[in-house]
Amino acid sequence: MAVANIRISETPLVLYALRRADDALILGHRLSEWCGHAPTLEEDMALSNIALDLLGQARELYSYAAGVEGKDNDEDKLAYLRDVRQYRNLLLVEQPNGDFARTIVRQLFYSAFADLYWRAMMRSSDQTLAAIAAKSEKESAYHLRHASEWVIRLGDGSEESHARTQAAIDDLWSFTGEMFSVDDSERALIDTGVAIDPATLRPQWLKTVSDVVHEATLLLPKGEWMQQGGRDGRHGEHLGHLLSELQYMQRTFPGLTW
Amino acid sequence: MATPNTALWEVFIRSRNGLAHKHVGSLHASDATMALQAARDIYTRRGEGLSIWVVPSNTITASDPAEKGMMFEPAQSKIYRHPTFYEVPEEVGHM
Repeated sequence: MAVANIRISETPLVLYALRRADDALILGHRLSEWCGHAPTLEEDMALSNIALDLLGQARELYSYAAGVEGKDNDEDKLAYLRDVRQYRNLLLVEQPNGDFARTIVRQLFYSAFADLYWRAMMRSSDQTLAAIAAKSEKESAYHLRHASEWVIRLGDGSEESHARTQAAIDDLWSFTGEMFSVDDSERALIDTGVAIDPATLRPQWLKTVSDVVHEATLLLPKGEWMQQGGRDGRHGEHLGHLLSELQYMQRTFPGLTW
Repeated sequence: MATPNTALWEVFIRSRNGLAHKHVGSLHASDATMALQAARDIYTRRGEGLSIWVVPSNTITASDPAEKGMMFEPAQSKIYRHPTFYEVPEEVGHM
């Protein structure tokens, strides 16, 4: 890579905004990979729309993180000039698209969380985060509905769509625990009302997801063991490949615009 | 790629209060709920709508193009049916 990685002063608030921005950017990028490849034209548009919603959320959060940090960084540098170990997204969102069922199940797990999360964050004592939450909540509410309706139809559809959707649920389940975990840096923000405690969202998340999965005639896994690491920059093998594509232009032609 | 067994739907959008729903196009969807979602995703991306109707295409009964002489030509010579002989007050808005 031609351009060096930036350095970031990860104060708790900068880190907090970066983590959410990275979730939105990486999931948005994954969905954008469907553009031109989705099973139908209608779904091609739907997934691209969701990708653009997430990209918009990422931009606001990166700009906010850069402002709070108060150094030379901006939204573009944060997105394009950090290496894989500097990314703070959930492991769930970096998982490859797989088949359509896997993409939709990943979206259900994340959107069911994001919808509750943004709704709760509208009460954040941080006005910028509260404003981002108010805008994002309407978007994530639709993302949740879109994914839910698909999971119901795939699960209760053909034998093959049922089997593929169940396999996706089983494979992605262990990535759902990370959404609800909190470390010391976030604990301080929760105590001051800037952030909300995601653990309090889990019962409602589980109910939302269970209702959809049961209506789809599918089953949730019993497993309790959960993957961790994304929030600290410990990622699976897939994120580096994603970033090499996402960052290629800016790394090769620094500052390029069109 | 539309498969033969995915139904066709006609989409109508109302862009503002006081206007009628207007036909904007069609799409394929497995049922009414999915048709409404797809209509939202395809036809309201640029803020075009406040309300969407989706209607199964096969429930529409259309006039026969071969009969257009009988159906429509007789109306063309009746200019007195046009409301051009009085002024509509501005306050009326959309008519």
